[in-house]
Amino acid sequence: MKLLQSPAVRVGLSISIATGLYGISFGALGVTSGLDFWQTMALSLLLFSGGSQFAFIGVVAGGGSGVAAMGAATLLGMRNGIYGMQLNALLQPRGWRKFAAAHVTIDESTATSTGQTDPDEQRRGFWTAGVGIFVLWNVFTAVGALAGSALGDPKQWGLDGAAVAAFLGLLWPRLKGREPVAIAVVCALATVLAVPFVPGGVPILIAAVVAAVIGWFSHGRSDEGLEPDMDPYAEHHHPGSDPHRHPHRSHPHRSHPHSGGDAK
Amino acid sequence: MNLWVWLLLACLLGYAWKLLGYLVPASLLRHPRMSRIAGTMTIGLLASLTIVNAVASGQTLAFDARMGALAAAGIALWLRAPFLVVVLAGAGAAAGLRLLGWS
Repeated sequence: MKLLQSPAVRVGLSISIATGLYGISFGALGVTSGLDFWQTMALSLLLFSGGSQFAFIGVVAGGGSGVAAMGAATLLGMRNGIYGMQLNALLQPRGWRKFAAAHVTIDESTATSTGQTDPDEQRRGFWTAGVGIFVLWNVFTAVGALAGSALGDPKQWGLDGAAVAAFLGLLWPRLKGREPVAIAVVCALATVLAVPFVPGGVPILIAAVVAAVIGWFSHGRSDEGLEPDMDPYAEHHHPGSDPHRHPHRSHPHRSHPHSGGDAK
Repeated sequence: MNLWVWLLLACLLGYAWKLLGYLVPASLLRHPRMSRIAGTMTIGLLASLTIVNAVASGQTLAFDARMGALAAAGIALWLRAPFLVVVLAGAGAAAGLRLLGWS
């Protein structure tokens, strides 16, 4: 039971339960957006990245094409590449572990790992959160998908409202300060203006282009928007904690990794 | 069947992003502009997905019970509610407003 005394393992387990549980909402929304049970499960098993998964079903639910859904999901997955680069420098996995680590590289496992300073703790935190979330996320996706298909008319239960809330919930922790809020507002406006003129799903891709142009030409924090949906260290430190300040930095050895930052 | 193809392709590309970080030389991705764009695009896409799901109905804009869901979720987040509570607040608001007759 020595493992349970590791702070990173304990944080990893609690974030696994919190994140895994909201797999229920993904499962229920997946089957009511027009996907079948196994398509919903395939997204959780193979795509395994909350934002991209919600993006895929969000585009499909809005009447968008499969190719637009794929585009939105893929663009939203770009940040996982940044996390992978950072974790590769931090954990240096070898052989098959590299490929396994890549699959469980998501917001939460990255944040759990980079929030630690000791290399062994960073490794334990990453694997505990990554594997823990993977298992629970898939279990609860199945539960949600089965429950969702038994519900009947999804609108009667407000499931379309649940999707709106889920996206706002994913966006919210990334809106720290004036600049990200401005980016969000501009992209939302671009979307609304585009809706009447282009097929479903395309307005989302237009917003992605607008956001990329802003990112290319403006000079703000280089880790803007790269925050976990759920802050693994929120319970352990001040509410202003953010373990994920510097994703481009390979060795964030800091004496106080959670000091500073804005409220979540 | 067609949807399966795009779905599996999305899974493949999603994994490719992740693996890319582990396989390419760090200097390629370490460029601050890359992580900056990954970040602004994450914000832009999530904002766009939020608003599309709130007001778009095919190619028309609608002001219906989903706006209530957006407001309820915003309030729940403001009160620092956990994610699942936020989702339930959104569902509850939309379902409740429909019961009251607002489609």
